[in-house]
Amino acid sequence: MSALLEVNNITKMFPKVRANDGVNLVVEEGEIHAILGENGAGKSTLMNIIYGLYRPDSGELKFNGEVLNLSGPHEAIEKGIGMVHQHFMLIPVLTVAENIVLGAEPGGISYNKKKANELIREISRNYHLEIDPDAKVKDLSVGLQQRVEILKAFYRHAKLLILDEPTAMLTPQETEELFGIMRNLKNQGISIIFISHKLDEVKEISDKVTVMRRGKTVGTLNTKETNEQELANLMVGREVVLRLEKSEYNPGDVVLSVKDLTVSDEQNIEKVKNVSFDIRSGEIFGLAGIDGNGQTELIEALMGLRPIKSGVIKYNNNNIEKLPTRERYKLGISYIPQDRQQEGLIMKFSVADNLILKEYKNSQYSKNGVIQYKRVFENASKKVEEFDIRPTDYNLLAGNLSGGNQQKIILAREVGSNPKLLIAVQPTRGMDVGAIEYIHKRLLQLRDEGSAILLVSLELEEIMSLSDRIGVIHNGVIMDILDGKSATREKIGLLMAGSQIEAKKVEV
Amino acid sequence: MNKILKSIYMPILAVIIAIIIGSIIMLVTGFNPLAAYASLFIGAFGTLPNIANTLANAVPLIITGLGVAIAFNAGLFNIGAEGQYWIGAIVATWIGYSFKGLPWYIHIPFALIGAMVAAGLWGGIVPGFAKAYTGAHEVITTMMMSYVAIYFSHYLLEFGPMMEKGSVPQSPLIKDSAIIPTILRNTQLSYGIFIAIAAALFVYWLMYKTVWGYEMRAVGFNQRASKYAGMNVPLNIVLSLSLSGIFAGLAGAVQILGVQHRLYDSFTSGYGYTAIVVALLAKNNPIGVVFSALLFAALGTGSQYMQLNAQVPGQLADVITGLIIFFVAADKIIEVLKSMFKKQKKEELAS
Repeated sequence: MSALLEVNNITKMFPKVRANDGVNLVVEEGEIHAILGENGAGKSTLMNIIYGLYRPDSGELKFNGEVLNLSGPHEAIEKGIGMVHQHFMLIPVLTVAENIVLGAEPGGISYNKKKANELIREISRNYHLEIDPDAKVKDLSVGLQQRVEILKAFYRHAKLLILDEPTAMLTPQETEELFGIMRNLKNQGISIIFISHKLDEVKEISDKVTVMRRGKTVGTLNTKETNEQELANLMVGREVVLRLEKSEYNPGDVVLSVKDLTVSDEQNIEKVKNVSFDIRSGEIFGLAGIDGNGQTELIEALMGLRPIKSGVIKYNNNNIEKLPTRERYKLGISYIPQDRQQEGLIMKFSVADNLILKEYKNSQYSKNGVIQYKRVFENASKKVEEFDIRPTDYNLLAGNLSGGNQQKIILAREVGSNPKLLIAVQPTRGMDVGAIEYIHKRLLQLRDEGSAILLVSLELEEIMSLSDRIGVIHNGVIMDILDGKSATREKIGLLMAGSQIEAKKVEV
Repeated sequence: MNKILKSIYMPILAVIIAIIIGSIIMLVTGFNPLAAYASLFIGAFGTLPNIANTLANAVPLIITGLGVAIAFNAGLFNIGAEGQYWIGAIVATWIGYSFKGLPWYIHIPFALIGAMVAAGLWGGIVPGFAKAYTGAHEVITTMMMSYVAIYFSHYLLEFGPMMEKGSVPQSPLIKDSAIIPTILRNTQLSYGIFIAIAAALFVYWLMYKTVWGYEMRAVGFNQRASKYAGMNVPLNIVLSLSLSGIFAGLAGAVQILGVQHRLYDSFTSGYGYTAIVVALLAKNNPIGVVFSALLFAALGTGSQYMQLNAQVPGQLADVITGLIIFFVAADKIIEVLKSMFKKQKKEELAS
């Protein structure tokens, strides 16, 4: 084996940040090389440099032994570097074939459709990537759309394929399928750079792992000779607790009871259909599902942000479906919304102001309509310390803090008020291992103190490690509610994909 | 302290750049910029009466500017302050001449409050509800309401119910009991300046210290997060636009009671439009509004003097005003210039 790609001592500065700082990487031919790192570790910057989107400030790129001086992605593509971005760059109304050949169409002035389809059939046969060239991209599942993106790279004769967080949007089954494809490609001599922050996936699929931290490559390891704990520690730079100790499941009274809830979206299409479930105090109820299967509508209905069509929502045995959002907060419900910057925080408010976003009207913080800033600041300095929000200056605008610390502001506000019910939607989305560890710890602590928690997450790992019971939602319907201890990835995955029958078979 | 410096540094930079470009224009067109700026300054601040007139000019700008700043703070682009100013002026004039025998301490507050309520309804009810419940853009609705107000005043004064006997399109004079007295004789400076300063302090307190101000600013920055926090977003939109109108109306009333004493027929007072610039330069900070209003008032009074004494056309002040607006609105340009300058310096160091 010989080196296909060599990255020597690359440095890239952005205003105030060294995004890449003396980065080294060697990718051999026919190897799956994982790049592991927290958010902001510099993975994307490095990939964008390899793909020609950024020019490095210093350092050298070698591909096939030849020094690369890329002025743009078109040159990278020409050399045989392909990249599949996390967010697909596809045109939904065009067919698979049209998307693949776009920009490099066969034929002269007029587009030769027959030739294009033939070429694509040939490539998909060669690389075992079955697909119908005439299908419209918008009708394809996420997994198949990703396949189109991969085919796009091979249509342009890629020898190195960069996959940027390719599993983020996939179900477990689709992930397995993707891994199959990757192994296949590897056997044909294709090199793959696999970017991820999921340790288990890296462990499963890669041959080598390069860990990045704060813009630097901190080491390259043979996957076989390492373990998840070592990788996590390298990534964070300290000892990390991967598996949290969970105390005995000790459920109390029903706190939230949802019965036959139906919710429509703006186009009056039913997004939540006859959903029923209960959550008890001292329990974490995980809601698993692929994005866009009614989770958003369900949660917004629970919070009074969206009208319901029919059904009952009971909180501590009282109907709350008609209460406005603020009244629900007052009853002791807390809510960590999915999008912290758009829904959870006012970025141009200070940290202190954000910490009272739901309670500024309470007598605790205001008197006769005047905000008591002394108390607001007291609260802020207490919360900043307790939740380790950094920097500690609570007069800074929330927008000036890092994503992890922004999430801690929300956590401090929502968890710090000792809620009886916490609805947490993707509380660790985009967080790094260290922050995830912290947030999970706080959620478990809240559960042990007797709160009820509804945890909505797209990360199966998160749902499975925290939940006492797991509800799986597909197309607005709760397919099944499983016991957290005995549920398996496969079973949840099948339910997520909507196949109840096959899931039952797995059980048997 | 550092924080204050940081926030006022961009507007000041914009003003300085505008002044520099203004001098280049004067040099090119054959005027002496130093003489021009000197006479501009003397005209604005050179003598006690000049200072008084500059302050008097600033009064309506401060109060309308506050109104606009309130709306901007709430994320609403109220460009109809001019019309709200007119509604305030009309109502204050009418109360001013229609009621006889009231003591001043009742007549003046009556006229002021009447004007504020009318302008608040004008600016808040129609555009506010239209925006909050149908999504109609406030730029369009406030501007249209502004035209309606201005043409309404034409109707009232040109052979309409408010026209004084005779052939001049103007209202009768308001009663003495409604007049806000002048501080300095033979100048336009009335005790209205104290109303303006009190208004600025009040708005600052309201926006930054009260629950209501907190909500208005929250809704202004991020409606979605405000809704998620349980705030009533439509109500806040209506209230912010009303409050914005209230202050524009107060400006019209103070101008009538303190300076004009009657309503004249004219197409525009100009205050409602300049107020937008005042608020922009002040970055919507109520205290900043006082200073930025003073600047534009000084440009106004100074330019007349400059025209007489340095023979520089008074329109040059308008050019400078325009340039200031440009650089304030486009403060990104200044940032780019700054970073280019820094980069150049770095390259020089490196080479």
